[in-house]
Amino acid sequence: MIALLIRDMRLAMRAGGGFGLGLAFFLLVAVLVPLGVGPESATLAKIAPGILWVGALLACLLSLDRLFALDFEDGSLDLLVTAPIPLEGVVAIKALAHWAVTGLPLTLVAPVLGILLNLPDAGFYWLVVSLLLGTPALSMIGAFGAALTVGLKRGGLLLSLLVLPLYVPTLIFGAEVVKRGAEGMATSTPLALLAAITAGASALLPFAAAAAIRINLR
Amino acid sequence: MSLWEYANPQKFMQLSRRVLPFVAAASVLCLLGGLAWGFFGTPDDYKQGSTVKIIYLHVPAAMMAINAWVMMLAASLVWLIRRHHVSALAAKAAAPVGLTFTLIALATGALWGQPMWGTWWAWDPRLTSFLILALFYLGYMALWQAVDDPDTAADLTGVLCIVGSVFALLSRYAVNFWNQGLHQGASLSLDKEENVADVFWFPLLVCIAGFVLLFLTLVLLRTRTEIRSRRLNALLARERMG
Repeated sequence: MIALLIRDMRLAMRAGGGFGLGLAFFLLVAVLVPLGVGPESATLAKIAPGILWVGALLACLLSLDRLFALDFEDGSLDLLVTAPIPLEGVVAIKALAHWAVTGLPLTLVAPVLGILLNLPDAGFYWLVVSLLLGTPALSMIGAFGAALTVGLKRGGLLLSLLVLPLYVPTLIFGAEVVKRGAEGMATSTPLALLAAITAGASALLPFAAAAAIRINLR
Repeated sequence: MSLWEYANPQKFMQLSRRVLPFVAAASVLCLLGGLAWGFFGTPDDYKQGSTVKIIYLHVPAAMMAINAWVMMLAASLVWLIRRHHVSALAAKAAAPVGLTFTLIALATGALWGQPMWGTWWAWDPRLTSFLILALFYLGYMALWQAVDDPDTAADLTGVLCIVGSVFALLSRYAVNFWNQGLHQGASLSLDKEENVADVFWFPLLVCIAGFVLLFLTLVLLRTRTEIRSRRLNALLARERMG
């Protein structure tokens, strides 16, 4: 399983893996929003938590369709299904690899973009904490969506239609943590709920995703 | 004699052919009667004026929008566990109906909200969760459309329906947490002495019955259509072989 993790991360980071694309997209969102809403720092400070979370979510979505599609095309997914390790584990590992090359870097660059968007000082810590806790859920839910659409020719757009409604609770709690943190309020409730979503998603969704892959490969 | 006998398409077609006219007639009667009673036979509310009468469309549609999803969940579970094709087709047939009810609830709510709240739309928890419910319906229908093989499509949408139900429920509570609402509390609950004044309550009950029957009619009709189109495809395939 560790070998699979390393293989997936390597594939994603080397040429053609689209590793930097998500980050570049995140940066672009953070640049385009002030151009759209105007440069007043008070307005930006107010919307920064939401914009950063929405940007991270969309950047995460961008690379989801490659999660299983490449392995499906060259047949290695068939080998993984028949491999001695359970398919649920494969799905979880692939989601983890996806998180390590998208969610984790997004979390690390988010504070820099927070400066661009004039995020209040108190918010930076909570931004990193909430993204660190929340992005694994995004990868795991996304893996489920990718598993549903793996056999389809034009799965990309359908994937976003399926996955975005599933992202709603994560987004709400994640952005709420940063908003409350930036305003200096208590954050433990939304933070606990966000962590609960991540824990629940990583515990249960591998089974649903593995079922979807088995159906698609039938 | 058990309920599962009607999982046989032949049996289902026979039964639904006999039942359908009655259900359809009862639905038309209830809807016409309930709406006419509601619109012409009840007084205006002292605060809301005549706009209160939109309740006869809004509340039943909203109820059925949620119940349709629950029915799809049940049908999906039956399909995934017992592999009855009629069940999968019924879930497929219910989705557009549920989406339409969701949109009716949203539209009538907007029409009522404009004069009463002074706005067509507010990011209120109930309104937001209905919008999200509409998105879930859209995704579900899009997945049915996108997969060519009918059995694969039924399996995938079944899995999506189960996971979607959990997330729809989560979203419902998340938006509650996220924003305090304008929307009034539940209009109807079983544990209250009186929900709304009796003059409005009885026509409302008739309208709810009408919407339930309408949903039943449409789902039966659409399931029959789906079964027929399956048979047609099978015939065409046989023709091509021979």
